[in-house]
Amino acid sequence: MATEITAPPYRVIPIIPAIKPGAMEGLKPFVANDKIQEALGFPGGLVEDWKDRAIAKMGDLLKKYRSLKVYLDACVHCGACSDKCHYFIGTQDPKNMPVARQDLMRSVYRRYFTLPGKLFPKLVGARELTKEVLDEWYSYYHQCSECRRCSVFCPYGIDTAEITMAAREILDSVGYGQKYSNEIIGKVNTIGNNLGLPGPALEDTLAGLEEDVKEDTGIDVRFPLDVKGAEVLLITPSADFFAEPHIDSLIGYAKVFHAAGISWTLSSMSSEAGNFGLFIGNYEQMRKIALRIRQAALELGVKRIVVGECGHAWRVAYSFWNTLTGIGDGAEDRFALQLQKQLDQRYRQPAHICELTWDLIEKQAITLDPEANDNLIVTFHDSCNVARGSRMGEMAGGQFEIPRSIIRAAANHFVDMSDATTREKTFCCGGGGGLLTDDLMDLRVKGALPRMEALKEVADRDGVNFMATICAICKTQFSKVLPYYGFNMRMVGGVHQLVSNAIRLGDKE
Amino acid sequence: MLFAALFYVAGITLAGGLVYRISDYLRTPAPLKIPTTPAPTTSGGVVLRMTREVLLFESLFKGSLWTWAFAVLFHGGLALVLMRHLRYFTQPVWSWVDLAQPFGIYAGFVMAIGLVGLWGRRFLVDRIRYISTPSDHLMLALLLMIALSGLSMKFLDHTDIIGVKAFFLGLEHFDPQPLPASPLLYLHLSLVATLMIIFPFSKLLHAPGVFFSPSRNQPDNPREHRHLSSWAAKLESES
Repeated sequence: MATEITAPPYRVIPIIPAIKPGAMEGLKPFVANDKIQEALGFPGGLVEDWKDRAIAKMGDLLKKYRSLKVYLDACVHCGACSDKCHYFIGTQDPKNMPVARQDLMRSVYRRYFTLPGKLFPKLVGARELTKEVLDEWYSYYHQCSECRRCSVFCPYGIDTAEITMAAREILDSVGYGQKYSNEIIGKVNTIGNNLGLPGPALEDTLAGLEEDVKEDTGIDVRFPLDVKGAEVLLITPSADFFAEPHIDSLIGYAKVFHAAGISWTLSSMSSEAGNFGLFIGNYEQMRKIALRIRQAALELGVKRIVVGECGHAWRVAYSFWNTLTGIGDGAEDRFALQLQKQLDQRYRQPAHICELTWDLIEKQAITLDPEANDNLIVTFHDSCNVARGSRMGEMAGGQFEIPRSIIRAAANHFVDMSDATTREKTFCCGGGGGLLTDDLMDLRVKGALPRMEALKEVADRDGVNFMATICAICKTQFSKVLPYYGFNMRMVGGVHQLVSNAIRLGDKE
Repeated sequence: MLFAALFYVAGITLAGGLVYRISDYLRTPAPLKIPTTPAPTTSGGVVLRMTREVLLFESLFKGSLWTWAFAVLFHGGLALVLMRHLRYFTQPVWSWVDLAQPFGIYAGFVMAIGLVGLWGRRFLVDRIRYISTPSDHLMLALLLMIALSGLSMKFLDHTDIIGVKAFFLGLEHFDPQPLPASPLLYLHLSLVATLMIIFPFSKLLHAPGVFFSPSRNQPDNPREHRHLSSWAAKLESES
């Protein structure tokens, strides 16, 4: 990055910023090369007849997704969403207002698919799909983290994420894909995880972790891989295997299983919870990635599938796995039926690691000593896909209460950030939705502004020095951007990192 | 006679257009569970959520208090005005329409205030100004002119409402009657017919659209019930 990246200043008075047209114009993440594209079955580069193909693809998606059709029709330009996007707040570029981002596609939809747009394009803001428009799509649909915050405030529930996904799907179909996301999907498909970490390397890492924990606690906590007949298959983001602070949460999960006496395993074939098929809006890729997990569960003969700390992975697992692969109830194909017979239906399938841990805490099957975290004053960052695209437990809103309950059990000092920035109104970390790449660092730093402001408030007022979260992307993003805002990069960590510090392991000896 | 034809055309366009749109929405599958959570976990809960959304504009209330206030004034006013207008289409007049009558008259002003407020935001707030298209302005102009021409006939230049009612009852019985000669009435009715015609082609589709919004109308129960669209089910048999 040639230009120096700096964080925007904190707003002295937290008012809605004025618009700065063109502020982020031309920002463009690296375009996928032909190898990356073709591995996913997309054209290698921008095809000659891209315009016809893009319009045809749009027509196809309009027939397949009610969300897209209704959302493109229903918007009245009321502007309720216009100040809700973290990228708008951080960049002030009006095309980062959710409604304006939608209009980049809506204008084309009107021109080619509606009567007024065909007859009076100027009047209704309809426009031709030109190369400039396509480039604009590429730029601004990669300045959306698909966090759904705008959909909370829309009187019709219009979810910009659905439109961004459709746009990326169209771009992929004409050979104009994003390098970061598509390269990662290729790695999952061939190696089994987003990082491209092969089985033997994973085995080494886990053996190393066993030694570390032994040294640290004196107890043999296992990190099993490919163990047939284990009760639990843990599907966790691959960042948990090597990145800081992610790895501390992995240690936390292992300690929970150890303390509760639950046999568990990871899978080398399916060592990834993340599913970037969601980010590019591609149902087939999303399904393909999800089916690897079903295959692993069948091969290992596990009774339960548990998902580690990863925001969008949990959305895909909770909301889509049953649809995509028949985990859960109601599927009819052979493998799904076999899986349903195999899985223990007394448990939620799939379950979030926080659901599992909280159940154990409530049943007093594990014991936490919150004093172990007395050096920390903790706050919790709700990750967008967990907050607005999933649930935990039986009650609506369990996704907010369960992680907080675990934190309160694991630490004595907990403070929530401002209500306007938590729970369903939480702000994206700034790196979600396939934007966690260095070529978008400027956008990522700016997009973190609203969360950093809320953190600053509790840091100054309550002395908060630790922000817990349950998402691998949030953890990586914050580690990178916290220093830009004058915070220590180690301020962020997982909920199970706190559990790891506090859990009593001796009982089973 | 011209007005009789106009209203038949407008009525058919409105009804036909809406039936087409709604059946289109119904036919288009929603392949994935995407309610904006926290969401109700049962269909009963979804009905409540939708009711709050449609009657109270719950999400808009969270989103922008000013817009919400003007939107409530406009839509609430419009609802009362429409109820009151039923008296021109029913014989005998339903008793609840009689009850709405006194409120309906003043609701016209409320509706106009709401519209002025909503329109004002399109000029005063830089973000809303940026996203406004000419049709957004024209739509508000049209609605405001309908409200003002209607109010003028009530408070400035009375129209022969008995003649108006005879005209509409005649339309209903396919026995067209003459419309009383009044420029304000002609204006009012032309604008209303215009609104009816553009309704199914415009952003006014937000009215039926909200009921089909997957982020609002789906219960949050994906683990308990498998949700599979027809085209996704085809992938199933291929693998």
